[in-house]
Amino acid sequence: MPSIRKTPLDSFNVKYGGRMVDFAGWNMPVQYKSIVEEHKSTRSAAGLFDVSHMGEALVSGREATDYLDFVLTNDVSKMSIGQALYTLMCFEHGGVVDDLLVYKNSESEYLLCLNASNTEKDLDWLESKRDRFDACLSDVSSDYALLALQGPKAFDILQDLQTEGIGGLQYYHFAEGSITGVPCLISRTGYTGEKGVELFVAPENAAELAESILLAGESHGLVLAGLGARDSLRLEAGYSLYGHEINEGISPIQANLMWTVKLNKASDFIGKAALTAEKEAGPKKKIVFFKTGSRRIVRSDTEVQAGNRAIGTVVSGTFSPELNEAIGSALIDSEYSEAELSVDMRGKTMRLFQTDPPFIKLKP
Amino acid sequence: MSLPENLKYTSDHEWIKLLDNDEAVVGITDFAQQSLGDITFVETPEEGDTFDRGATFGVVESVKAASDLYMPVDAEVIEGNSGLEDAPEQVNQSPFDEGWIIKIKILDASQIGELLDASAYAELAKN
Repeated sequence: MPSIRKTPLDSFNVKYGGRMVDFAGWNMPVQYKSIVEEHKSTRSAAGLFDVSHMGEALVSGREATDYLDFVLTNDVSKMSIGQALYTLMCFEHGGVVDDLLVYKNSESEYLLCLNASNTEKDLDWLESKRDRFDACLSDVSSDYALLALQGPKAFDILQDLQTEGIGGLQYYHFAEGSITGVPCLISRTGYTGEKGVELFVAPENAAELAESILLAGESHGLVLAGLGARDSLRLEAGYSLYGHEINEGISPIQANLMWTVKLNKASDFIGKAALTAEKEAGPKKKIVFFKTGSRRIVRSDTEVQAGNRAIGTVVSGTFSPELNEAIGSALIDSEYSEAELSVDMRGKTMRLFQTDPPFIKLKP
Repeated sequence: MSLPENLKYTSDHEWIKLLDNDEAVVGITDFAQQSLGDITFVETPEEGDTFDRGATFGVVESVKAASDLYMPVDAEVIEGNSGLEDAPEQVNQSPFDEGWIIKIKILDASQIGELLDASAYAELAKN
């Protein structure tokens, strides 16, 4: 086993009471004080998250766009410089390698932001598909720390910090800027459903930037938030998480992510044939989201039943502080998507009430 | 971490407050609630249910994990803390007081001597 990796904010996290756990080989704070409080504060004011475990890759060269359009499902050719794009990367059989964000730096250069647990696999996959393109691929993960500042007060806090580069910045766009003089890449993106930014910053400046944001945020109600709140916030917002709603065995069609798959884009892409066929035949399985009417969390891997028949598995489950009840998602056989669903909780039957995501009103 | 001297403890992180007439109150320790984090659900048994020492009598669930509750001594349930239904976070906020979980009738008083005192429990929790 390789030793656990530490983000540039490791000392910062420990200093502020982060309860550190191994997440995808990284020493990460699951919470600082309370998952529920961190969640609520992010919805009502702001939360600051260390997400430096995310991987980054740089793709450049004359055919960088063509290369990405071949390996990714969304339409990279339609991107403008300064835009960010959510996309999937699929296998030939249509299963998902990873979901990622693509940032267009120039006509010949893109930055990719990858899931920590998949970074190595992604880089290997990308490298293996690169040979017929005039494009370079490099792992630049160690060049960046990544902070997410999320919540309705995020921009008030940035304003207090003499932030440069956010004037007129639209949702899913990014710009080079600075915060209290610290240079960073400011991206109007996030994983909470709230207003906010993600900040790519040099590792050596990360702690200074985090301290400045924390200090300025105090009067606005900002809290440090860990991976626990990140997960409950994203599930309330109805966002997929790799390894749960999507994985190698769950296709974008099953995961309701066809809006990120452009079957009609100009270029062919990996997975197109399989996804086209699955779309025509209709998916055999699908991801559904549910409420429970109970405070009892239905955990991942719990069997889902229709009548007495096992028809699926819970893939995410958490407590929603906004709804004050347990919520989740499950992968079920499509033919039972209209059926009454339930799970067995230690001998007690608990109903799952299907609902369309998001569980809350998104305000990004 | 709070650890009242007047209570007895188990290695499963329950506390027992002995009352008169072989009655007692059971909850989970401050250490246990801190380890679990935000508690969102507590399942308590029915009045009159009986349990052997060490048997699972309920469950405490937090955002992160579900944790079984174990009966410290052979006992009959007098009542569960109904306040936890709507406010399970009381176990976090006040584990030794408002966050109590069940009241029991002890059926074998000889087992009381085998429970841990505060210092023995403190030693165990440290490890």
